[in-house]
Amino acid sequence: MADTALTSPLAHAAGRLAAATRGSGGAIRLAELPFLTQLNVRFDAKGPAAEAVGLALGLQLPLQPNTVVRAGELTALWLGPDEWLLVDRPGGERELESRIREAAGAEPVSVTDVSAQRTTLLVTGPRAVDLLAHGCALDLHPRAFGPGRCAQTTLGRTQVVLVARDEPRAGFWVLVRSSFAGYLADWLLDAATEYV
Amino acid sequence: MLLIPCPWCGPRDEAEFHYGGQAHVAYPETPSSLTDEEWACYLFFRDNPKGPFAERWTHAAGCRRWFNAIRDTSTNEILTVYRSGEERPAPVEPRPAIPARPAFEDEAPSGPTGVQGAEPPGGVEGAEPLQDGTGRGGGGETHPFRHPTRGRITRTTPLTFTFDGATYQGYQGDTLASALLANGVIQTGTSVKLGRPRGILSAGVEEPNAVIQIEEPFPEPMLPATTVELYDGLVATSLPGQGRLATTPDPARYDAVHAHCDLLVVGAGPAGLATAAAAARSGARVILADDQPEPGGSLLGTAEHLDWVRQTTDLLATAPEVRVLSRTTVFGYYDDNHLLAVERRTNHLGAAAPENTARERVWRIRARRVVLATGAHERSLAFPDNDRPGVMLASSARTHINRHGALPGRRALVFTTNDSAYAAALDVKAAGIEVTAIVDARPEPGEWAERARAAGVEVLPGHAVVGTEGDPRITSVTVAPYGESAGRQQFAVDLLLVSGGWNPVAHLFSQSGGKLRYDEELGSFVPDSGRQAVEVAGAASGVFDLAGALTQGAAAGTRAIEAEGYTAEAPRLPALSPQPSPTPPLHVYVVPGPPDADASRFVDLQRDVTVADLTRATGAGMRSVEHTKRYTTAGTANDQGKTSGVLASGVVAELLGVDISALGTTTFRPPYIPVSFAALAGRDRGVLSDPVRTTALHEWHVAHGALFENVGQWKRPWYYPRDGEDMEAAVLRECAATRESVGFMDASTLGKIDVQGPDAGVFLDLLYTNMMSTLKVGMIRYGVMCRPDGMVFDDGTVIRVAQDRFLVTTTTGNAATVLDWMEEWLQTEWPDLKVHCTSVTEQWATVALVGPKSREVLGALAPQLAVANEDFPFMAWRGTTVAGIEARVCRISFSGELAYEINVSPWRARALWEALYEAGAPYGITPYGTETMHVLRAEKGYPIIGQDTDGTVTPQDLGMSWAVSKKKPDFIGKRSFARADTVRPDRKHLVGLLPEDPAAFLPEGTHLVADSVLPAPPVPMLGHVTSSYRSAALGRTFALALIKGGRDRIGERLYAPVGDRLVPVTVASPVLYDPEGARRDG
Repeated sequence: MADTALTSPLAHAAGRLAAATRGSGGAIRLAELPFLTQLNVRFDAKGPAAEAVGLALGLQLPLQPNTVVRAGELTALWLGPDEWLLVDRPGGERELESRIREAAGAEPVSVTDVSAQRTTLLVTGPRAVDLLAHGCALDLHPRAFGPGRCAQTTLGRTQVVLVARDEPRAGFWVLVRSSFAGYLADWLLDAATEYV
Repeated sequence: MLLIPCPWCGPRDEAEFHYGGQAHVAYPETPSSLTDEEWACYLFFRDNPKGPFAERWTHAAGCRRWFNAIRDTSTNEILTVYRSGEERPAPVEPRPAIPARPAFEDEAPSGPTGVQGAEPPGGVEGAEPLQDGTGRGGGGETHPFRHPTRGRITRTTPLTFTFDGATYQGYQGDTLASALLANGVIQTGTSVKLGRPRGILSAGVEEPNAVIQIEEPFPEPMLPATTVELYDGLVATSLPGQGRLATTPDPARYDAVHAHCDLLVVGAGPAGLATAAAAARSGARVILADDQPEPGGSLLGTAEHLDWVRQTTDLLATAPEVRVLSRTTVFGYYDDNHLLAVERRTNHLGAAAPENTARERVWRIRARRVVLATGAHERSLAFPDNDRPGVMLASSARTHINRHGALPGRRALVFTTNDSAYAAALDVKAAGIEVTAIVDARPEPGEWAERARAAGVEVLPGHAVVGTEGDPRITSVTVAPYGESAGRQQFAVDLLLVSGGWNPVAHLFSQSGGKLRYDEELGSFVPDSGRQAVEVAGAASGVFDLAGALTQGAAAGTRAIEAEGYTAEAPRLPALSPQPSPTPPLHVYVVPGPPDADASRFVDLQRDVTVADLTRATGAGMRSVEHTKRYTTAGTANDQGKTSGVLASGVVAELLGVDISALGTTTFRPPYIPVSFAALAGRDRGVLSDPVRTTALHEWHVAHGALFENVGQWKRPWYYPRDGEDMEAAVLRECAATRESVGFMDASTLGKIDVQGPDAGVFLDLLYTNMMSTLKVGMIRYGVMCRPDGMVFDDGTVIRVAQDRFLVTTTTGNAATVLDWMEEWLQTEWPDLKVHCTSVTEQWATVALVGPKSREVLGALAPQLAVANEDFPFMAWRGTTVAGIEARVCRISFSGELAYEINVSPWRARALWEALYEAGAPYGITPYGTETMHVLRAEKGYPIIGQDTDGTVTPQDLGMSWAVSKKKPDFIGKRSFARADTVRPDRKHLVGLLPEDPAAFLPEGTHLVADSVLPAPPVPMLGHVTSSYRSAALGRTFALALIKGGRDRIGERLYAPVGDRLVPVTVASPVLYDPEGARRDG
């Protein structure tokens, strides 16, 4: 686990997020999930590295656009036809990176640690879809954006990666660039005013 | 908002995409072999066809893939998309036009099925005629014009309001207009140009006259009193045609919601309710939006079939995927079935509105299918003095009575050209208003006239109103045989009910790209064919009989959801009683008046435009309604001519002697109703108006009193004033401390891109003007990027992390642009290069440690690092730990001083920063901001791309020929450096400027001229100041400037016009401080 000397991008907003969660009476839950391992992985999905990397990770990287594949704590998000984001519990970036590089061998694979590039907001509760709909133009109805779906899009006026969690009604992960996280927290708290 | 189908992600809002210009314009294989003309063609010439056009787009806010799209440039329709590298597909036909009423001919002409009801004709539920003959009405002393029983008002909830200083009472359920009518007030203001008294004309959104100002609880101008729901404590005033904006900030909240549905139904009148009912239980996602507080539409005004309205409303309320939005006006219809609506959520609550509820909400609705059931507006007629208070649209009088129990008068005359006014007249009479006569312009009014006569109402066929009297309210109306001046009769009335026919509310359909056609039978413009998945039902489509509207609505709802794969259910429709057989309306706009009459016949009441004004317009040569609209302003007021538009077309057609069908209407544009900027802004205002980007050190800067500068969306510390310091003093202090000892700044905002892969070096050699592939691992090189035209577009350092891995830095504001730029070349031109680019801007926090004492500070914190110059030379980087934190330390200087950039995880940046602050304390370490950074770099002549350049500046212009490779066969921009224009000797060069008075400050942007006396204009300009500062190190002011042939002018005196003075300046080298570079290594 991460050591206590670390400061996450939304540490300063934790109190306000918790207050909104309490105030909503269960309608909405907002919290930062700090320090998750995030690796950006890029290679030719049709190349020889694909199978080896899949074996090493214990999951097949998703080829269907805007979907996720999970194995235990490890989640693989489709970001592009040759680009994925691996998300794992905190502190695992080095081990995960070397696992991928070893599996790929001489094949060209780009692996970049982006764990601090974005932070993760948990947005759940019965009104989570309503809350996000204030600023997200995507259709988040369970018919259109159920478990297994992810999307890179905009929320409010900032870019995010949205991930539907694995259970219906379990809400969303909102991955946001760390420099925009304060803005997005302010935006979410403002949008949540009616539910609090 | 267009939907653009990304070949990977599917349809997304166009806002997620960036445009990349014409597709299939390949980068020439050997630019050096092209002539200047061929190269200029590649750079600057692109096709510009009308019709299908192949373009590059990138899904910038999504998967970041570049792709190609064929877009019809005349309609914006995206005909097809295909992936980068794929062949352009065969031509695709544009979508065919879709009829607005596709199956109308198939629908049962006999109307809906159901039990034939036993309701009396024109029956009103619970209606009782006025009993007392006192003229005070049945509502008691406080509401002299209130019907005792009619109206959907809550009589147990009286509301007190103020209008023009007088206090009145109304009831919950009233509009401000109906409450005024119930109190006997009909005049609500004066007209904008002529100052004529005007009264309530209508009962809805189309109102041109009764546009009032709300004063409390929050000031709002120009609201139609017919749309303002009454609340307790409302204070309103009449207006002389225009209102006043509030001078205090609006305390209310506003927000927005995105919504998606299979079917959007606009309008909850009979047609809209039938549409929604057909879809309600299918499982399809349905939104029904209606601008009134409750569903029913015209049925609320006629008080018919309200049981059915209630049952259908209940059905919709319990259907799981159906959302009914009341008090919601759909005001804009945009591309790909994107519709905007505004929901008024708390306006009707007055001071009782909850603070945490947004007052208004903008709905951004993306619908698979749309059914417009927006009804119709009754129009008036152009007869003399048709604007007096007491003139009211016939159906609106009926609506005021049935919805609000408000009686618009005591004694009415009805003037009509069509059947619809008869039902209104009979209902008005049943409510206790005396109807003295129905004046019908038609010579043979048919069955409806017989019914009226049977009810005891005199009918004057073939007659017209030729004048009104009254001051201000109507007291008498003059009637004459149609087109004749003899045989006049006068009627003493206080109410003149008019019906000049009906205009289908085709605004949204027209906005959607739909075409209208003139319907001879109706005498109106009706929806014809559309470009989007939309149908029109009911009166909006020109179907005015209730049976037809219900059937058509149900059929439209069924078609819409079956097209989306759902199964519709035949909705229960109300039983209808037989109606008199119809008589065609008379198409008349200008009522012939007596030739001696000098009275005005108004067309646009809100703009005071008369038949005489339109006559002047056509006399001046105006030949279309678009011309006359602009010449007279008819239709340009905030009602946008809802009641007057077709009337104006009809008048102009008569004046020009053409058929109205040939003339058409003016163009309908959003918004359908006025929408406040506050509602459109939603929560994107104040601190949320634009994202604020902050670094991991932001809170330290705030706590230490930094003032901030906006750089793009970033908040960067500008300077850190100490007690009593102004900016000048603080920056001089920060500069001096850094040059003399040590300073540090937060440089985390610089863009950082990880470039990985076996071809990374090859790729960077193509992007940068200088050579990157020869850089050794562990070393750093400064680089310049140009556009193909050779103009500088970004600069920064490149770190070689490993053999196949580089870390590229960009300017703060350009990070995303540079990454898009890299991806564009990789994906569209060089897909075979094995290299990937990933943004890591926020993965690293960067602290610049600058000054002669920086080595001591770093050494104290990085015991494992050999910091001596020979061990750690300039433009090298080392991995180490600083203050126990894993770090990448780079020897880079943007100030000319010995300096380091320390990169660590942002999660630990605060610890690093505080450790530096502590370790530097013995040297007086000073935090500095962007202003000091700018001064220090400018003293060294380092340009800031975007400040000292403007997209017309080459590296050579900046004096950076050293950064342009002569060895590389090609790189982006190289060919342009051989163009005649880029080798001109009089190009503007970056030079330094020293004002002869060392205290004289040149504002950035100041021009430079050659002579001490300004010649007669045009004055030849030699260039302009791009950066200007006060220097602690130089003890004077100085500037950087782009000056024609500047490097050849060094030592020359030029003049800078500042205010009304010409300040003499000397041109100097841009490097003004430490030109020999002695300070770089400490």
